[in-house]
Amino acid sequence: MSEERPDPDALLAQLRDEEINAARGKLRIYFGSSAGVGKTYAMLQAARKLQADGVDVLAGVVVTHGRSETAAMFEGLPQLPLKEVAYRGKTLPEFDLDAALARKPGLILVDELAHSNVAGSRHPKRWQDVEELLANGINVYSTLNVQHLESLNDVVGGITGVRVQETLPDTFFDRADEVVMVDTPADELLARLSAGKVYMGPQAERAARNFFRKGNLMALRELALRRTADRVEDDVQAWRSNERIAQVWKTEAAILCAIGPTPAAESVVRSAAQLAQQLNVSWHAVYVETPDLQRLPDAQRERILRVVRLAHELGANTAVLPAQDLAPALIQHAREHNLSKLMLGRAEALPAWQRWLGARELQQQLAEGAPELDLISVAATLPQVQRRAATAEQDARQREQQWQQLAGRYGLAAAACAATALISWPLQKAFDQSNIVMLFLLAVVGVALRLGRGPAVLASFLSVGLFDFFFVEPKLSFAVSDVQYLLTFAVMLAVGLVTGQLTAGLRYQAQVAADREGRSRALFELTSDLAGALQTEAVLQVAEATLATEVRGEALLYTLDLQDQLQPSPRLGSLPAADQPDLGTARWALDHGQAAGLSTDTLPGSAWFYLPLAAPMRTRGVLALKPLSNRSVMLPELRAQLETYARIIGQALERVHYVEVAQEALVHIEGERLRNSLLSALSHDLRTPLAVVYGLAQTLAGMAELPGHAHELSEALRQQSQRVSAMVNNLLDMARLQSGAVRLNLQWQPIDEVVGAALQAMQPSMAAHRLEVQIPAGLPLLNLDAVLMERVLCNLLENAAKYTPAGSLVVLSARLEPERLLLSVADNGPGLPAGREEQLFAKFTRGERESSTPGVGLGLAICRAIVEAHGGRIWAERGVEGGAAFVISLPLGEPPALLPEPELEPEEAQHEP
Amino acid sequence: MSLDPQPVALIVEDEPSIRRFVRLGLEGEGWQVHEAETVRQGLVDAGTRRPDLVILDLGLPDDDGLNYLKDLRAWSGVPVIVLSARASEADKIAALDAGADDYLTKPFGVGELLARVRVALRRSQSAAKAGEPAQTLFRFGSVEVDLVARRVQRGGAPVHLTPIEYRLLTHLIANAGKVLTHRQLLKAVWGPSHMDDNHYLRVYMGNLRQKLEALPASPQHLLTETAVGYRLMP
Repeated sequence: MSEERPDPDALLAQLRDEEINAARGKLRIYFGSSAGVGKTYAMLQAARKLQADGVDVLAGVVVTHGRSETAAMFEGLPQLPLKEVAYRGKTLPEFDLDAALARKPGLILVDELAHSNVAGSRHPKRWQDVEELLANGINVYSTLNVQHLESLNDVVGGITGVRVQETLPDTFFDRADEVVMVDTPADELLARLSAGKVYMGPQAERAARNFFRKGNLMALRELALRRTADRVEDDVQAWRSNERIAQVWKTEAAILCAIGPTPAAESVVRSAAQLAQQLNVSWHAVYVETPDLQRLPDAQRERILRVVRLAHELGANTAVLPAQDLAPALIQHAREHNLSKLMLGRAEALPAWQRWLGARELQQQLAEGAPELDLISVAATLPQVQRRAATAEQDARQREQQWQQLAGRYGLAAAACAATALISWPLQKAFDQSNIVMLFLLAVVGVALRLGRGPAVLASFLSVGLFDFFFVEPKLSFAVSDVQYLLTFAVMLAVGLVTGQLTAGLRYQAQVAADREGRSRALFELTSDLAGALQTEAVLQVAEATLATEVRGEALLYTLDLQDQLQPSPRLGSLPAADQPDLGTARWALDHGQAAGLSTDTLPGSAWFYLPLAAPMRTRGVLALKPLSNRSVMLPELRAQLETYARIIGQALERVHYVEVAQEALVHIEGERLRNSLLSALSHDLRTPLAVVYGLAQTLAGMAELPGHAHELSEALRQQSQRVSAMVNNLLDMARLQSGAVRLNLQWQPIDEVVGAALQAMQPSMAAHRLEVQIPAGLPLLNLDAVLMERVLCNLLENAAKYTPAGSLVVLSARLEPERLLLSVADNGPGLPAGREEQLFAKFTRGERESSTPGVGLGLAICRAIVEAHGGRIWAERGVEGGAAFVISLPLGEPPALLPEPELEPEEAQHEP
Repeated sequence: MSLDPQPVALIVEDEPSIRRFVRLGLEGEGWQVHEAETVRQGLVDAGTRRPDLVILDLGLPDDDGLNYLKDLRAWSGVPVIVLSARASEADKIAALDAGADDYLTKPFGVGELLARVRVALRRSQSAAKAGEPAQTLFRFGSVEVDLVARRVQRGGAPVHLTPIEYRLLTHLIANAGKVLTHRQLLKAVWGPSHMDDNHYLRVYMGNLRQKLEALPASPQHLLTETAVGYRLMP
């Protein structure tokens, strides 16, 4: 059945996951309801058992809290020394991630997964350290309390009244390979607490009063058990999905979470994450930025963006939508992405006057605009975190500023209306009242255009009032003599309000459109500028100029050189030394393919933001940015824009790289062609005249009528031309072998035949030496190129003849070993220079530096090239005869079968098919 | 039989200096020598001069020497010795399969050339006397082969050969002095269906050497023409 068939994309995704998982380390979390249940103890127990089984266990960081049982269990485990990190004049011990990565144990124990690292560490959170350990293939055991889970943070805070700052994203918890629930009933835990086994001394009392109340403990235990049960169910589903995965791979998203500007947004996001996790669906979180919200002070906008980031961390697809109104933007997003549930914080009821003016609550608007959407309103709990006095003061100042700004805008609107009245006053003699109305309407449009929606409303009302007061009989009074003016007022007010609203909306939309257009124009310009760049330098220059403008700060590119090292662009020199990006962070971003630095998970405190330049084939470098405001790297749209820039630059760098590769290849091909034509020209043009010299010299030597010394001379001529000819052959062969132009003509043949042919060819040169051949009968056939192997043997025999005195013994022997055949040419001459045996095989190397013995030292190099092409080896050693020995080892392989000869008479055999 | 007039040789070679010393060498042996520089001229001369021997360079300016050989073999059985500057064995095999009798790789000595010329001439003369009763006894080194009685002796002692070994030996004897390519031998001894089973030929050749050569590892009569074929040198 078609619906039962697994989706191929889903299967692929599963395979990909499995591939990634295979290389990753495994994470096991010991999960408990509260401190003191024995998580660390259980972890240590399991680790000891593995250690006894021979696993390389290392304690990265283990906190015993001075509990004696745990400390006893901890003893004897190899420990990683903690790193001392300087922080505000103190040194704090911290987990040493780099040392752990360098040590690469089989299993590492990292206690307290939700721990926050000291500011200035590589990652702000310990779980990010663990993530890096896992990515490097190291298995990790860790511990976690239920109240540290991000999505349960609010719930636990509500139950116990104690809020923890150190939280762990649920996505990370859910990705753990195993979760082991460590459970202790509340009574037993309390008993242990009172026995002083949990905390020591006065700490115990305080902890008991605040946290360890039976009701609390039972509630926490229930939460922990339920969360574990959820996980177990997920595991069961995942296991079932191996049989039929259709139901598990739900890719359609279902929940849309609206992020509001209030501090309560955080808890709404957490609830949405929790619901999405329970329903096993993906979810979206959007922040709709209306003109009013855009005018919020920077600090508040940044806080909202942090909530957007939190949603992202909790696994949501996030977006910031610029729009005039909330409801239509939310509905449009929900419909575009096929989201059926909309989740939002419960808003306070609108003030009566607004409702009276026709304003409706968001929920009502949504319900009317999109009846098909399920609306879920969540209790908006305010975070109870105590703010530091400094921030409270800052907030107050910001609120004041906001008020001032607001008052200024409305004041300006009023002033505009007053100015219109002032200008119109002397004109009323000359102009009709309807024209005066037009002037007021013009003022409203102007206010709407410059100051926005609210001031436009004020201006509308003021205009009507002023017109009534100054221009309608009786003047300087709000009384109206003619009733028809009421219609004028009504129309004037309506027109003012409507045009004001439309103008203000138009203005905002124009602004949004202009922003968008600006972004796409910047992209377009970058793309077209990069398209013309043919050199890396040009790409760097264009990209850096564009990005510096884009973030209104500094931009610097790192590119990978041939040694795979990051090289900063030349612009680095123009930056002040204190303000330069950090190469180490850039490298981290490159290696992990993730953004690093400013407002990311890795070194968020640094001033620079690092993005890897991903390209289709590989990552080509790193982009470092120092933006004017954090907004440009925090806002999802701008971040996406930056990532697009990075991709375009990466592709441009890759294109330039391949242009260079193609040019190199072209040069190489040209060189190859030149070499080949040179070789064939050489081989013809050198050999023909040599053949002539050789032949003529021999003819000359054979002439009887020549005097005696002329015979000698012509004989010398013949010998020398023969040597030159041999040398030319060697040079050409070496060139051919090296250019790869030689294709082996491999055939199965007995080694005796090759040896025989070589001896036959070398007969004249070996005449002055004693030659012994020791080849046992019954050697297997070898797969050889006979011509080349004969060449090897000839070269070795020639060397033996050349470098030993006349009358020396030369032994050519063969020996069969398992898997290989050894051929050796040994002599009893002066032997080889000690320690230089290997050098002899290099090109243009000879045993003696300057000697009368002819040759350029190519022979052995050719031998090695040929033997290695056959998959064999050749080396020199001290021979049994005391002189030099050259040994060739050739692989045996599997010779073809040889059918026995049918015992037939020759005549009969003739008739064989 | 009347005294032979001067034998006639034709050199087809584009390099004048090589023609010169080959001519000197051949004239020293009493040959009348004609020279041609191109394939076309060489074919015309072969038709008009009726040479007893052709010495052919494979690298000629107007056409491939192989084509000359094919054209010539269509109407003449004159012995051809090929000169080749190329090291490639494939060219030599192609030339031999196309009907060349022997080959020499440049640079070569005059002595070497004249030795090959003598062998080729002897072979063509014995072929011309085909009408006369065939030689029944063939000798090389200490080996004596009686082709009628199918008996092989080495140093007076009888040697037992298998039928294939014997057939291989007689084929070599019939072409003594000439280079026979692997394909030619395989076709003659094993038949056309075994033309690519080079290793059979090599193994049997090795057996023959073991039985007939004094030093099988360094043969004096059953010679290897590396990667090309074999030659029996009496």
